[in-house]
Amino acid sequence: MNRVMRVHTWIDERLDFEDLLTPLCTKRVPLHRHSAWYLLGGITLFLFLVQVCTGILLLLYYRPTPSEAFESVQSITYHVHFGWLIRSVHSWSANVMVLCAFGHMFSVAFARAYRRPRELTWITGVFLLFLVLGFGFSGYLLPWNMRAFFATKVGTEVAGQLPVIGHSIMVLMRGGEDVSGATLTRFFGLHVVILPALAAGMVITHLWLVQKFGTSVPTSVEAHWDVNPTERKEMRFFPNFFLRELMCWYLVLGSLICLAVFFPWELGTKADPFAPAPPGIKPEWYFLAQFQTLKLIPSHIFFIDGEVLGILGFGFGAALLLALPFIESGLGDRGRRTVRIGILIALVYLAVMSVVGYVAK
Amino acid sequence: MTTRALPAECPLEDSPAQKLSRRSWMRVMLGAIAGSCAAVLYPVFRYLTPPQDFSVSAAEALAASVGELAPNSGKTFRFGSRPALLVRLATGEYRSMSAVCTHLGCTVQYRPDAKQIWCACHNGCYDLNGKNVSGPPPRGLDNYDVQVRGQDIYVIRKQAA
Repeated sequence: MNRVMRVHTWIDERLDFEDLLTPLCTKRVPLHRHSAWYLLGGITLFLFLVQVCTGILLLLYYRPTPSEAFESVQSITYHVHFGWLIRSVHSWSANVMVLCAFGHMFSVAFARAYRRPRELTWITGVFLLFLVLGFGFSGYLLPWNMRAFFATKVGTEVAGQLPVIGHSIMVLMRGGEDVSGATLTRFFGLHVVILPALAAGMVITHLWLVQKFGTSVPTSVEAHWDVNPTERKEMRFFPNFFLRELMCWYLVLGSLICLAVFFPWELGTKADPFAPAPPGIKPEWYFLAQFQTLKLIPSHIFFIDGEVLGILGFGFGAALLLALPFIESGLGDRGRRTVRIGILIALVYLAVMSVVGYVAK
Repeated sequence: MTTRALPAECPLEDSPAQKLSRRSWMRVMLGAIAGSCAAVLYPVFRYLTPPQDFSVSAAEALAASVGELAPNSGKTFRFGSRPALLVRLATGEYRSMSAVCTHLGCTVQYRPDAKQIWCACHNGCYDLNGKNVSGPPPRGLDNYDVQVRGQDIYVIRKQAA
């Protein structure tokens, strides 16, 4: 027995970790024309790991105070060896992660993979999407530039519009009545401690549930396989599917580095809390749809302020998203089709409003 | 192993008056746990709520000096902990108002081309009296008094009636 095997046996005798790995070896991934969508969840996980690694590296030089934050990011970008690369990869990876998380969510929604018994997998996934958006929102204040400052001002003000508890939530988020250094330290703590801890727990739960219930097959494919059982195809998760996933990760890493090299993330100008909002200011692309909606809602609808109605609408949308498996469970074929059309309309609305928000002056 | 006999004054069974039922014991324990949680969480909650910022409501501020603003131009300045706007109209008259947009709190600016106050975030517009005229802002901007003292222009918060 060589030395590696002896170490392996020694650990296995104590932890019984062969038992832990067995499910990975017996796990099967269904093969059909939509199988490529299964890769998106894994890619999102990989991007999260990239965020953790680059985030830890950025922490070595970043200083979370209004007088030093912008300068420290400037120093990371222009003075620290490969600082520009680490920062740009962190920013690009964050954006691609949001894109993949949305892609994964919509692919799961259209495939109706949330149906019984996978309701909890869906719920943990939606919470992970909210956490990813929380990471984005808390992260882009950290460079303390103009865009970050006003995005945070609007974003926290949005929370402040909630009836009854809104103002308290806004003060809690800002660390005062206004966006200031107190907001920066709070967002820093949120971004590097609270959200990562929550996300780690949620990712582990999500993966455990995915492992427990296995990979879902879209209803149309399932129906086809039920009629033609000989056409049912599967692939072993380890090593076959895992190696394909690994290849995707490698391509994604290459793409991130290309994006970071050819389109380095801009730094902007340092935030000035007493300067007017610069013309053409916009949030990150994944908040553009909400931004554009708030822009278009009139100041009053009946007796309610327009923005309050918009914000309640966003909250209602988030609640519908969470409750999707339960809404659908009691419906017949016709109801399910309506739900799918609803998801499609939501996707088209988000896409159109994002594009309109992007091109609007 | 030896066992020690219980003294006679310490009976094995409680008297009916002293007997604590399982339900009431659970109730007492749950109450104690809830009380302990509240005792721990209340200071944490209070700690998270920032102390009152008294600088928010400063009564007056130095906005600019005479001659600093050309006619038909504006300037944002610090008023307490919030931004405010001083506008010099084409006629030379000064006006001042809060620069915090009533929609979602962005900082507004004076647009000399449109002779309006404009918020770049969601395209809200106000007239030169601070009244909301188009876009999503639900209310007008708070107006301030302007006083010229020697070479300095001061802006004063209006007293509540």
